[in-house]
Amino acid sequence: MTGPSSGAGAVTRRPSRLPSPLFVLRKCGAALLMLAFVVVVNFFLFRVLPGDPAKVFAPRGRNADPEALRELRERLGLNDHWTVAFGKYVKSVLSGDLGVSFSQHAKVTDVIMDRLWPTVLLSGTALVIAAVLGVWLGARAGWRRGSRFDKLSSNAAVTFYSMPEWLLGLVLLVFLNRYGIFPTRGMNDPRSTLPAWLDVLWHMVLPVTVLAVVYVAEYSLIMRSSILDERRADYLTTARAKGLRDDLVMRRHAMPNALLPSMTLFFLSMGFVVAGAITVETVFSWPGLGRLTYDALRGPDIPLLQGLFLVFSAGVIIMNLVADLLMPVLDPRVRAA
Amino acid sequence: MSALAAAAPRRRASAWRAFLRDREGMSGLIVLTLFGLVAIFASLLADPAGLEVTKADGPLAAAPSWEYPLGTDHAGRSVLTMVIHGSQVTLLVGLAATVISMLLGTLIGITSGHFSGLFGGALNRFTEWFLVIPYLPLAIVLATVFPADVPKLIAVIIVIGVTSWSGTARLVRAQTMAIEARPYLERAKALGGGHWHQMTRHVLPNVMPLVLANTTLTVSIAIIAETTLSFLGLGDPLRVSWGRVLDEAYALGAIDRGAWWWVLGPGVAVVLVVRAFNMCGRALERILDPRLEGRS
Repeated sequence: MTGPSSGAGAVTRRPSRLPSPLFVLRKCGAALLMLAFVVVVNFFLFRVLPGDPAKVFAPRGRNADPEALRELRERLGLNDHWTVAFGKYVKSVLSGDLGVSFSQHAKVTDVIMDRLWPTVLLSGTALVIAAVLGVWLGARAGWRRGSRFDKLSSNAAVTFYSMPEWLLGLVLLVFLNRYGIFPTRGMNDPRSTLPAWLDVLWHMVLPVTVLAVVYVAEYSLIMRSSILDERRADYLTTARAKGLRDDLVMRRHAMPNALLPSMTLFFLSMGFVVAGAITVETVFSWPGLGRLTYDALRGPDIPLLQGLFLVFSAGVIIMNLVADLLMPVLDPRVRAA
Repeated sequence: MSALAAAAPRRRASAWRAFLRDREGMSGLIVLTLFGLVAIFASLLADPAGLEVTKADGPLAAAPSWEYPLGTDHAGRSVLTMVIHGSQVTLLVGLAATVISMLLGTLIGITSGHFSGLFGGALNRFTEWFLVIPYLPLAIVLATVFPADVPKLIAVIIVIGVTSWSGTARLVRAQTMAIEARPYLERAKALGGGHWHQMTRHVLPNVMPLVLANTTLTVSIAIIAETTLSFLGLGDPLRVSWGRVLDEAYALGAIDRGAWWWVLGPGVAVVLVVRAFNMCGRALERILDPRLEGRS
């Protein structure tokens, strides 16, 4: 269905649904470049900005004893020329060595791996719920623009969108804590009589609700404006002229087309998801990467912070790459671009 | 030329009239004016002495009463006093960070849109990098390693400004490229106008309305960032801001005490101000961007 367009460049499009290898290669290359830049920034930020990097890296900050500082300088390569130190740093990052966290007394990679799954579980659940609900709400609101449903849901969405996630969590906790229905901190309770998975689920209720509410606000606004763009399209008039019910026109015809541009934006908002995870995990003491970031700030535990920054950035870059590679498969309009 | 020059103020006046008619935009503006007045006259509205833990004389963590309309905190300070004085830092940081963000975004956006070769491409990559990298981890890292001799307040402003310009830059770049395709730029080039002339005299005036609408949205992002950084303990420890009141409430046991008033006062203030900026921004976008006609 996609014939060779007039004036196409070096890339000739094929009718297959798969993106061309060149396209995949280019996108992967761009993602790798971004990741490399994160590594570079991670190195220089911590070396250049602070006056004496050793004092920043030292467990007791400015009051570290001189002997420990000298040892630290040696280990961080501060005595070497920066090119040598940078080479060493890149080599250790590539071999998966991110240094030692002094607040957790363990290797940074191990600490991060330990805390990775709770974050994926919490944010993933909230994301799935929010995507489904957001698409549904946004589509309904946009389809009947100006209706009571639209006014109500758009108002609510803008309000929740104007609210930092953690603030909603804090407000919920401050009101609900006294009733003791839902657990307010952690991921499980050793005294609980429930089966382990149910206990975790029970602990997830509040943080997932908070995250989902704020993400739904964002996603429904995206979906709404996407449906509004689509609303007057000719093919919808055709569908209506065929005598389809209004509801069917929306679900079968308008939604799939509006969904695709929204998907790109959903993936682009991953940075927003990370911010939510950090602050909401902090409020609910959820033992994931976000709470770990908050704890790392207390030192501050610089090696751990460096590692976390790398992991968060890599996560978002990978999600964006997935979106970039997935879009042409799903949406022929992107394939043309 | 003279017709163009006369048209500009007329267009501006009609945009202003359209804004006055826009209910959402006007209610946002009214809320913002109120908060602005509160911030300017904070010391008249509430005695700044009430901010010091040692001078507080109210009951400890007491619920709202006539004397303390928003209750008191753990040390007996009035939450209302803290919200009134906190508005200064929150608004100041939000606005100052936005100025940095807008300047950076406009500059980088126009330059990367104007220069098509390697330079523009590199700048565009740079912008994309900032777009993709999650802002909060980057802001946390920056705030942690910021030189200690810079006052914390300024450090926070710079950190937020530096992490929030990329959205503006992308918008401005797209708009720049659209403008550069128009015939009057060709004319300017043919008449020998240099890069600087083209960018400042032709592109800049045309992207300004867009930047303006974007500014109000950026302020709301900057304020959320400020409260979030303060909540994480990265703000100025010597000054009261809404985020810091919330941080204290969280750290000093508002949850266990069930002291909802301690959280509600500053929390509502944050949401009101951010929402008001969002409302103004949406209204401006509607008015200045005719493509949105019939959308929102």
